[in-house]
Amino acid sequence: MTSNKTIQPTYTTDALDALEKAGLSRRTFLKGTGAMIVGFSTVSAAGLLSPGEAAAAGAPLQGSTDRRDQLDSWIAILHDGTILAYAGKSELGTGMFTVQSQLVAEYLEVPLSRVKLTICDTALCPDQGTTSGSQSHPTNFNHRNRSLMTAAATAFHELKNLAAAKFGVTVDDLVVVNGVIIVKNDATKNVTYGELVGGKVFNLQLDSSIKIKGPKEWKILGTSVPRYDIPDIVTGRLEYARDVRVPGMVYGQVVRPPRVDAKVVSVDESSVADIPGLVKVVVKNSFVGVVAEKRYQAIRASERLKVEWTQGLHLPNQATFYDWMLQQPRTNSRVADSLDVDEKLASAAKVIQATYLYPYNMHGSLGASAAVADVKENSATVWSPTQSVYGAQRSTLAVLLGIPQENIRVIWRMGSGCYGLNGADAVSFDAALLSQAVGRPVMVQLTRKDEMAWENYGTPYVHKNQLGLDAAGNIIAWDSESWTAGKGSRPSGGSPYNVVTGNLAGFEVPAFNPSTGPGNISTSTGNGSNHVPSYIAFVKANGRAYIGTVTSERITTHGIRSPFWTGPLRSPNRLQNTFAHECVIDEAAAYAKVDPVEYRLRHIIDDDPLTGVTNAGNSGVSGTRMKDCIKLAAEKFGWEHRASPKAGNPKTGVVTGQAMAACLYEGHNGYCAVAAEVEVNQDTGVVNILRMAIASDSGPVSNPNGIANQNEGGALQGMSRALGEEVTWDHEKITSIDWITYPTWKFSNGVPDISNHQINRTDGQPAKGSGEVSISVMAAVLANGIFDATGVRIREGHFSPAKVLAALKAS
Amino acid sequence: MSAISLKVNGRTYDLDVDPETPLLYVLTDDLALRGPKFGCGLGQCGACAVIIEGEAIRSCITPVSTAAGFQITTLEGLGSPENPHPIQKAFIDQQVFQCGTCSSGIIMTAKAFLDQNPKATKGEIEQALDSVICRCFVQYRAMNAISQYQGGLA
Repeated sequence: MTSNKTIQPTYTTDALDALEKAGLSRRTFLKGTGAMIVGFSTVSAAGLLSPGEAAAAGAPLQGSTDRRDQLDSWIAILHDGTILAYAGKSELGTGMFTVQSQLVAEYLEVPLSRVKLTICDTALCPDQGTTSGSQSHPTNFNHRNRSLMTAAATAFHELKNLAAAKFGVTVDDLVVVNGVIIVKNDATKNVTYGELVGGKVFNLQLDSSIKIKGPKEWKILGTSVPRYDIPDIVTGRLEYARDVRVPGMVYGQVVRPPRVDAKVVSVDESSVADIPGLVKVVVKNSFVGVVAEKRYQAIRASERLKVEWTQGLHLPNQATFYDWMLQQPRTNSRVADSLDVDEKLASAAKVIQATYLYPYNMHGSLGASAAVADVKENSATVWSPTQSVYGAQRSTLAVLLGIPQENIRVIWRMGSGCYGLNGADAVSFDAALLSQAVGRPVMVQLTRKDEMAWENYGTPYVHKNQLGLDAAGNIIAWDSESWTAGKGSRPSGGSPYNVVTGNLAGFEVPAFNPSTGPGNISTSTGNGSNHVPSYIAFVKANGRAYIGTVTSERITTHGIRSPFWTGPLRSPNRLQNTFAHECVIDEAAAYAKVDPVEYRLRHIIDDDPLTGVTNAGNSGVSGTRMKDCIKLAAEKFGWEHRASPKAGNPKTGVVTGQAMAACLYEGHNGYCAVAAEVEVNQDTGVVNILRMAIASDSGPVSNPNGIANQNEGGALQGMSRALGEEVTWDHEKITSIDWITYPTWKFSNGVPDISNHQINRTDGQPAKGSGEVSISVMAAVLANGIFDATGVRIREGHFSPAKVLAALKAS
Repeated sequence: MSAISLKVNGRTYDLDVDPETPLLYVLTDDLALRGPKFGCGLGQCGACAVIIEGEAIRSCITPVSTAAGFQITTLEGLGSPENPHPIQKAFIDQQVFQCGTCSSGIIMTAKAFLDQNPKATKGEIEQALDSVICRCFVQYRAMNAISQYQGGLA
């Protein structure tokens, strides 16, 4: 959102001092915008062995991060045949640990029990970036450079080569059964993986050109292997970050500002001097915390510590916030512009104009974020539930602590479900700063209020749409202009200010840099934020690049500076954009008096029926796959093929309607459609979903039950967000700070029936994301369902009883 | 600080703690238990739930002194991965959880309620779980697991 290339951030002397100690001059830091300090350490400098080398040496395993092209960084085989695998994609509660183990077992052709996977430890595991954006499947389940699939396949290929050489045969003469390589016509000639390479290094590069088996041949992948961690979860055995205990560990609590952007004036340490067990009051610019021997002592000290703060920011009035957004300095981006939209709208038989509004949502993790840090003079170990041990944690910690990053080890531990950038990164920095200040290991768990008041919220949206319809009611022009607000994002060594702790510790957020012109028309065919609805063609110089029929198109987006922290929240921007698009197409369908399912299908192009090749240009995305999801969801739901709204519903009491919404996530990363029966109590304003059918297509299905859990949870989470979640504030502070002031959907609302339908593509289609597809459509599902049931279109999320009643009364 | 005797998962612990300390912190910090979890500290979400004398109790707002002398059960005390309690087995069979932070809230509350109301309807169970929150939204699967457990009670 913000462009800061020409802005010099201002840092406090503490922050600059830390930069110097981390081995970075201020000049280098700014020039590199972080790139200088996220480069990987060399093996020699860190003195570390790769897992394979360590296994060979019989040494405790230590790894390197800079040799991701080396097989030994991913796979090591022990004498007893145990497969040690190392990966950089985290377990956020989605089942990725189990399914990555399945992947290794599948491509090494060993029993699942033989695979010992380690994930997200900077001393052991390859850097695979952040576990986010529905990228875990695309990253590790597609055959390419630096993927776990390629690593396992490279190892398997080499093992067969070694066995062939040993027995003087060709690899075609070999068969592999459970990690034993056998000569086909002489079973007495056989060798185990352990005998071949146990304890030795491969010393090979990953080979992304190796021919590997496809999903049709999967035996372990593609099955619903139960998650490894669930037995430990249900019996209280699993170690979460909050359960890490280090000898000598003490407890910290942070004292966040009472108001947005308030800064420390003074801290009265004497106010807590009598608290038993108090270790220290820690103040670093506006970062304030207390450390005590026991947790409850630290909590009491944090509640009692007297701090004088500046007044901080005068916040815009929430009641008129969307109008305020439109008046702010802004960035301009033209995602698409066919340059004929005004003309087409002027000649259209009908123009549908609709403005959609969506509030700030929060991640609202159930568990308050917690981490443990042990910071020494010139080294640190941090146990963090982060999505990003390398980028967000290690590189930022180096800057915050003034310790070279090769001396910092970040070890992932399970956290509360995060759904994006919750408090996990900030609390890890809190623990590290406090540990550094007291010279002892420190655990910090945020309070509910600190979790909710200072996390990086999902962004609010104002979304203006104009649809031009021809005489037959079909869409001939689509004009979409949106405004959103941002401040901060995932932190990095170049941007510690992206979350609250880095900012409080002295790193100022760069000034907002508005655009000076309308912006160039994008040449990219990407649709990363789902700015582009599925129904437009995205016509570029080299032809169409998307799956819609509408060729007269204009997509404009604006960014403004948010008063609050923002960052990725499950389906970031995509949920909000999909809400607008999937509602306004329903409005067009209702105007045209056409069944909303039929109306969607007629605005999406088919793949070539003979070749099956997509007609969406070189983007590779498929209109037919999108349509298949819509048709499947409708069929499984038992869709009534008719125009909306439903005829004959009374204007009082409880009524029901049906709803459909669909999307192609990120423009290419997973297809999904949901059909639902929505119930509206017109006397109380209470809205519920009674049942829904989810259809999704994420390419080859790695673990059907795991993906079903993601689809179900995503759908219910999206429903909760749309039914009443909204960050609130007064003139100076956030006021949604617990589960009363930020209501979440509960069991007692009535749990709907869900039927789940996955289209399993085993025909060579790449793996796509599945964690964020169903959630993306749910706000639109609810709005469309309310319309079908009542004839009233609500264009402002959310749909709490009060807002629904108000809308019904106004109609 | 004062001497308190706590009966947890069938064992008795003699502790020297501030009697006002919430039971949760004693369970997690002094006894190193992982079942009950800190969610809100306000009694709003259920992540810290334990069973005391047959009732699901929010340990984050229960001073340790008031729990002294009573039988306290956490997820650890119900069963083990090798030998899970039937309600835990139901949650494994149904592959309910995502992050698992809500596990104590849902399992302990459902168990305490069903043990007293084995013939409860779906609506009654949903009401009993009114103040139990899950933000991964596994409620659909949780109801299936609870139904499985309830079937075994008959």
